[in-house]
This record gives sequence, structure tokens and C-alpha cells, in this order.
Amino acid sequence: METKTDTQMLPEVKKIPSRFRNALGKYRVTITKECNNCGICVKLCPYGVYKAGSKKPRVAAEHLCLGFPCSANEFYCVNKCPEKAIQLRLNPAFEILGDRRWSPDLLASTWHMAETGEIPYQGLNYKTGDSGGGFDKLRFIFPREKGPEIPDEEVSTAIELNRSGDSRPGVRIPVPFYLGGMSFGSVSIVTMLSRVKAAAALNTFCCTGEGGYPEELIPYDDHMITQVATGLFGVSEESLKRVRIVEFKYAQGAKPGLGGHLLGDKVTPRVARMREAVAGSALFSPFPFHSVYSVEDHKKHVDWIKQTNSRALVSVKVSTPTDVDMVAVGSYYAGAHIIQLDGSYGGTGAAPDIAKKNIAMPIEYAVPKVHKFLSEEGIRDKITIIASGGIRSAYDMAKAIALGANGVCLGTADLVALECIRCHHCESGRGCARGIATTDEQLTNLMELEWATQRIINMYLTWRRQLVSILKRLGMKSVTELVGRFDVIGHLDYIKQEEIEGELEL
Amino acid sequence: MPAKYHIHTAQAANRFQLITRSGVIAWEEGCLKCPSCVKKACVYKVYEKRGIDSRQMLESLDSVCKDCFRCVQGCPKQLIQKGFNPSYKALGDHYWTPEIISGLWYQAEAGRIPVSGGGYGGAFSGPGFDAMWTDMSEIVRPTRDGIHGREYISTTTDIGRKLMALEFDETGALSVTPPPVVEIPLPLLLDMLPWSPPGMGIKLAILEGAKSLGTFAIIRQSDFTPAMKEYLSNIALYIDGQVSDIEPSVLSALRLIELPYSKEVIAAQNTLKITNSGLVTIIRMDLSPDSAEEVVRLTKEGAEAIHLVADEYGLEKSDRPLFIKERTRDIHLRLVEAGVRDQITLISGGGIAMAEHVAKQIICGSDLLSVDIPLLIAMECRVCRRCKEGIACPVELEGVDPVWGASRIRNLMAGWHNQLLEILGAMGIREVKRLRGEMGRAMFFEDLEKDIFATLGRRG
Repeated sequence: METKTDTQMLPEVKKIPSRFRNALGKYRVTITKECNNCGICVKLCPYGVYKAGSKKPRVAAEHLCLGFPCSANEFYCVNKCPEKAIQLRLNPAFEILGDRRWSPDLLASTWHMAETGEIPYQGLNYKTGDSGGGFDKLRFIFPREKGPEIPDEEVSTAIELNRSGDSRPGVRIPVPFYLGGMSFGSVSIVTMLSRVKAAAALNTFCCTGEGGYPEELIPYDDHMITQVATGLFGVSEESLKRVRIVEFKYAQGAKPGLGGHLLGDKVTPRVARMREAVAGSALFSPFPFHSVYSVEDHKKHVDWIKQTNSRALVSVKVSTPTDVDMVAVGSYYAGAHIIQLDGSYGGTGAAPDIAKKNIAMPIEYAVPKVHKFLSEEGIRDKITIIASGGIRSAYDMAKAIALGANGVCLGTADLVALECIRCHHCESGRGCARGIATTDEQLTNLMELEWATQRIINMYLTWRRQLVSILKRLGMKSVTELVGRFDVIGHLDYIKQEEIEGELEL
Repeated sequence: MPAKYHIHTAQAANRFQLITRSGVIAWEEGCLKCPSCVKKACVYKVYEKRGIDSRQMLESLDSVCKDCFRCVQGCPKQLIQKGFNPSYKALGDHYWTPEIISGLWYQAEAGRIPVSGGGYGGAFSGPGFDAMWTDMSEIVRPTRDGIHGREYISTTTDIGRKLMALEFDETGALSVTPPPVVEIPLPLLLDMLPWSPPGMGIKLAILEGAKSLGTFAIIRQSDFTPAMKEYLSNIALYIDGQVSDIEPSVLSALRLIELPYSKEVIAAQNTLKITNSGLVTIIRMDLSPDSAEEVVRLTKEGAEAIHLVADEYGLEKSDRPLFIKERTRDIHLRLVEAGVRDQITLISGGGIAMAEHVAKQIICGSDLLSVDIPLLIAMECRVCRRCKEGIACPVELEGVDPVWGASRIRNLMAGWHNQLLEILGAMGIREVKRLRGEMGRAMFFEDLEKDIFATLGRRG
């Protein structure tokens, strides 16, 4: 059976702890001098917070601590300690982490999923952030009556990316997502490869981004999307022919209407070689495409790729202006298989704050707007809509699909799985101090490829499980049934529990 | 080809230690003295660069730290922690938020626009200016030169009345006299401050700033001193006394005068014109629910420019005040309806706190804006408003050096100018004059929510 194959195609979870000595968690656990090293706490804690020590136990994994709610449990160490030597309190540093979109809770939840492959139990909100609108105010409306129980393995999360009905091969992915472009240069080769390997393991895709096609990626050709962006850095006929999907990047949500800018520091000799540029000098990717002046030119662009690679699907990535729906229609008639709508919440590179915050509409508006318009035009079934630039969790993914996307494209979540803390300094100095978005050799060495790959796999396997559980609660057997179901989703500002039949998840 | 408008910027150091969002807390007790201490490994060399500011007994540590948490996560005894800085949370108020204030400080110090990695991390939307987004052009656009074409975008604005058409007599000679127009290279006037510590330093810094930017500072007649005479071509004199008290040489040298609104304001304008025909007069009035009607009337009676001023939170004078952008949309559209919009220059002020507010307010119908509190913030003001109560300024603004102050103001305005270019470039608009009233190139929260989110969850 098809759906079973999808499940069987998936890799396994392996436990992958933090690469830092002290993992960050919501709570702080300390053992005071009064400790007599009786070892009760080590034995009691089922979450492995403590490790035995010679003078006193060591708090080895306070991020796994259940926190205050644990006081109801038999094994609550604070009460059981005969010397009253264990102190539990909120971690004061926790609230500094992240931002309004990626709240500390959401970061810690993602780390937990990446480490354990499990949904967090520490009282962390893993469903929404703190942005006060959009996804963070949208909720599913679940039917009150439980339908017949659907076994997990009968729920399909697979989607077909080629819906056009043309003669090109179908591309079916077992999960409704692929990984977005992060160029070599903006992230380290370890980050890049770990994302590609995770994508391959999940039988989906990962995009190269604008910086070319490093040779390390050649073994993964079948899981690569190569990007043609306005700077045409690293674009060659050879790399275009390798892949099953080619992506045009017209604009990106993080800096809509502005070009890309790779700071000189990040243009190492290797980056420079791949981009056919000079090491140490900043690279501008202009905006927009200088070969496209009209929608006819846009079609010629798409035709060029189709001519070069007869089996490739063409994806068009755009940001979200007022007339994003018209742009989507134009791309459909130009022959695109996929239209990717990119919101402004993602990205690793440097972008002016004014652009990220103010230019173009939030992705939560753009997706339903395009979905409705394409439906009215009678072409919705012929094109795949992919939402990106703001999908932080399984819940965001499911909401984006309910708002009208077929699937989503992800990036920032991967970085968070690799222990990004959203400090927003990817661009400064030697690049990311945590070794994720940098080409600095020393910093790149902070992370191992296998570690990184498995963290990303763990997170996405957890996402998939959550998606399956959402689909089951909605009585759906396939994620394709969720597309554009405006009736199963509500906005907390406009809908009250008493007005609806179902159960609004608060 | 005329010279391109360029604002010279240069780093202008802070006089006081920055108030940062978070602080490093490091304990010594229990330290293992590891040879490879995490403090030595700091990517930003925070611990190497640390120095004590003797005047304030504050450490430089926190302003260099970029919150990467490497030391917090690396110390084997967990002796390093980070915590929220309560003084940061206490900056400003609900409108002049710590984020806005520290963003303005950065621009005034560095002369650069705020840039960061990792996408947008802020609120989905918010009140006022945070409830709108600006448009961009995906494919076809006039400013095709991307990052290198920005210098061809014009931010020049005119202040003055416009003729709708030229008229000629039988001989073909022009039979009308075009009214005087003052052209400024960026759509910003430096306004009088709602509150500030005393002292000439602040005023001179603003004047010097206006001069180097090529714009005008609005100066009260009662504050005018002979020392300001060298700035006459950059002063818009606000008449808070008798016109007859102004020295004739000063009056004839002025290009802009601001008159407080009164029933006789048009008559007063006409009287001024007799003495100095090249003068452009601006009528200053509080923004209120009656503004639209009043502005249409004044325009029809011959007003040249009207300066509508909201309070420091961008609110009009009313029991149930509208925000500046909403009221301005109303005024702009009423003028369009009356067929006189292009005759008058609309200047808006009050609550303009960030570069994005400039672009958004112009989209909502203003020709140009006036800035006030950000000028003080450029000089390290913390918006504590103690000066209003007569309490000494914590950053000693009374004695500020005008040269330093002017360079900070210039840096900040250069940042705003550059950010305005980003918005215009993304929209494919080559002139800020064309941005005015372009509401079709903006997206409003209320409309989008109504169209999209309010309809969700309804079955059938």
C-alpha cells in the first residue's frame, strides 16, 4: 500500500544530546553544599537530569527537568532529598533567548524534539510563538465526536509536487515539506550537508540556495533543488541538468524587493571559487532579475530551464506583494509547477530590519489569498503552492496547509534544531558564534555532520507524528484533504468557542 | 548632471555607557581556573575588551556581548549567566519603546541602518504604524538597478503652493506668477521639541544638523538669538510673538515662516508676503477631527503649506483620538475629493519615531514630516521626561556639544534617508513625491484581517 511505503521510507529516531556542556532549559536545578551524596535524586529522576558524582551528583541535563509540575509526582527530587539540598527555579536566562516569533518555549521545544524525537513534556508551548497574530492566533477546530479510529500507518503525509498534468515525471515526497535554500557561504558546509543528508533520509528535497552546487552534494542529486537567483552565482547547465527540481528565486521574504548581500568576510576562497568571484569582497545579488522585464520574459525564463533539463520541475519563489495572487497566476501560465510564497520571517543573511518588518504581507495572509484566487481561476489543481518564511513547527505547517498551501518549505527550524538561539547575529564578524551560519573554519568545527543530520531528522520525524495526530483528530486520512480547509481553522480574535460546533484548541 | 544628494556619516561615539537589553552575570566563587576558560574563547572578545567606565562605574561588557550564550553553555561550573536588564525595560514608554530608542541610538552612533540576520522576529502587527505593510514589485519595475540604483531615487520634496496650470497672455508671455517654493532634499523638517533640558547646545546641534542635511529646523521666535543668524537659510521661524518684533534683515532673509493657526491666519500670511514675497508660510495647527474640513477651507483660501501636529504618541486632539496615519488618510482623501490636493503641501508631525513611519505616513497622504523626539534620542536621550519636571538630565543634555550633537542627528537622518530608499526601491518608485498618497501600494491590517482571518472557521 502506498501510504505504508511512505512510513517505511522514513528513518529512525536516535537520541542526540546538546553539543554544549550546559544545555539551555526553562528551569535551573542546583545542588547546595548540604548534599550528602546519598544518590536518591539520581535514582529517582526518570528524565536523567542527574548523573552520579564523587562528591555530589552532577546536574547533567536540567533542560530535561519537568519543572514545578513535577511536585505532584512521587519521584519529585526536591521533596525527596533528605538534606533539602536541591533547588529548583526558573532559569533567568531563558527569557532572553529568541524573539517574539521564536519564543524561548518554542526554541526549547524544538531542541527537545531534535534531541529526543519526542514531543516536549516540560510544560513548553510547542504549538505557538508570542507574535500576537497570524499563526500564533490561529487554532484548529476539532470535531467533538470522535470518528472511527484511524491507525497511524493509514494516514498519508505524502504530496505530489507535479500537479500540472504535463509529460514530466511526478515527484512524490512522503512528507509535505522540503528544505529551503541556504547557500554555501551563508551557512557552513556542515550545516548545508546535514540539511541535505536529512532531506535525503526523509526522501524529500533540499535546495542549494544561490551560492552554487558544491561537489559534496553530487551524491544527493536526486534530493537537490538547484536555485537560479538574480545573481546567477554558481548557475551552470551542468548543475541544472543534475536535479529533479529547479527553483527560480525572484525574491525572498527576508528582504522583499532588495538584493542579496554576502558580506566580504564570508567570501572565503572556497566560496569565491564556487561563485566565480574574488575572495574577501562583498557579493551583491541584484534585484530583480535583469533578464526579466515582463511576464513574457518570465515565461522565457521558465522555458530555458525546461529546455535545458527535460525532466525537471520548475519552481518559482516569490515574496508577498499586494498582488501576489496575480504573480502566482502569471507563474502558472508561464509553466511553473510550483509556486513558493516566501514570507519575511525566515532567512540567515543580513537584511535591513526595515525590510523584514515592513515590506510585503505576512505569509499567513498571502497563502489563503493565492489559494482563493487560483481556485477562482480554475487552475488551483494544476499547481503546487509551497509556503515558506515563517513555518516554525508542525502546527504552523498544518495551519499553512489548511490556509491553502500543498506543503511547506523550511529552513530556520533546521537551524534551531542545530541549536540556533535566534540571536540575529548571523552576519556579524566571523559569522554565527555557534558555528551554524558561518564559513569560519574554527567555528564550523563546533558541529559534526552526523550529529547535525540526526538532529534535523529527529525534529522532522516528531513534526510528522504531530501532523498525523492533527489529521486523525480532524478525521482525515491524507494531508491532501487538509489543503484550503478554511472551515477547520479559526482565528482567536474573530471566533469564539460558543459560536462553533467543534472544539477550538486553546 | 546635478550633484546627488549624499549625507556624510561618521561614527560618533556614545558619551554614556549603552543601556543594553541583557547583562552578563559572572560569579568568581567556585571558579576552577580552567586553562581553556570559556571567557578566553569568546568570539566577540567581550571579556578581552572589557573596560570600566569610571564616571558611571559601568562595564563595557554588556554592550559588546551579542547573546550567543557560548560562555553560559560552556562554563563547567555554570558560573556565567545572562539576565534581562531592568533599566532597559524601563526605557521610554509604550510608544517610545526600548527597541525603538536603542535602534535610534545605534543609527546615531554608527551612521548605518540596522541590519540583522535571521529573518523578522517581532510582533505580527501592532497599533498605529505597525498595522500596515508596504508593497514591493516582484518582476517589472522602473528602478531596475538594485542596490546600485538607489542613488537615482529622489527624496526631494517641495514646500509651497502649486499652480494647477500655467496661463499665458495673447503675446505668449506667462500671465501668472508661480508662487514661491522651497525645495528640500529629504522629506523631513526638524521640529521644536515637546520637552527638553534647557541650554543652547541642543538648539545649536539641531540647527547645525539641519544645515548639513540641507533642510530646516523650526525655531521659536522667542528662542531666536543673534547667534542663530548664520543659520537663517535653514530656519523656519515659528511666530510666537509679534511679526513687528523681527528684525527686518532677518525677516527678509527667511525662506520659511510658520504661523500658528487662528481665524485670521490667511490675512497674516498675506501681510507677511508684502514684506518678503519669496517667503513660504506654513500654518501650524493641532491635528483634530476637524482638520480635514479646516485644511480644505484654508487651501481654498490660499494657504501654501499646513503643518498638522499630533501629540508625541501620534494622537490627534480629541476625546477619542484617531492615530496620525488614519486622520491623515481622511484629510488627504478629502482634499482629493475637493480637487485641491496638489495645491497644498501637507506636513505631519508627532509620533514619528522610526524611518518606516516616514514612508508609511507619506503613503497615507503627507508630503513631508516633522521630527522632534528622535533628535533628542540621537543625542542619547532616554525619554525619561525628567526634564519636563525640571529634574537634571541623566545624560547631561544641557551641556551637549553642538558639533557632536549635529553629527549624531546627521547620522540618524542619514539612516532614515537610506531606509526610505530601501522602501522606495522595493516598490520600484523613483521619487518620494510619487509615494505620497499611494495607499494602493500599501496593505492595511484591518482590511487583510477582515478579508482573510475573519472568515475562517465558518462551516458550509
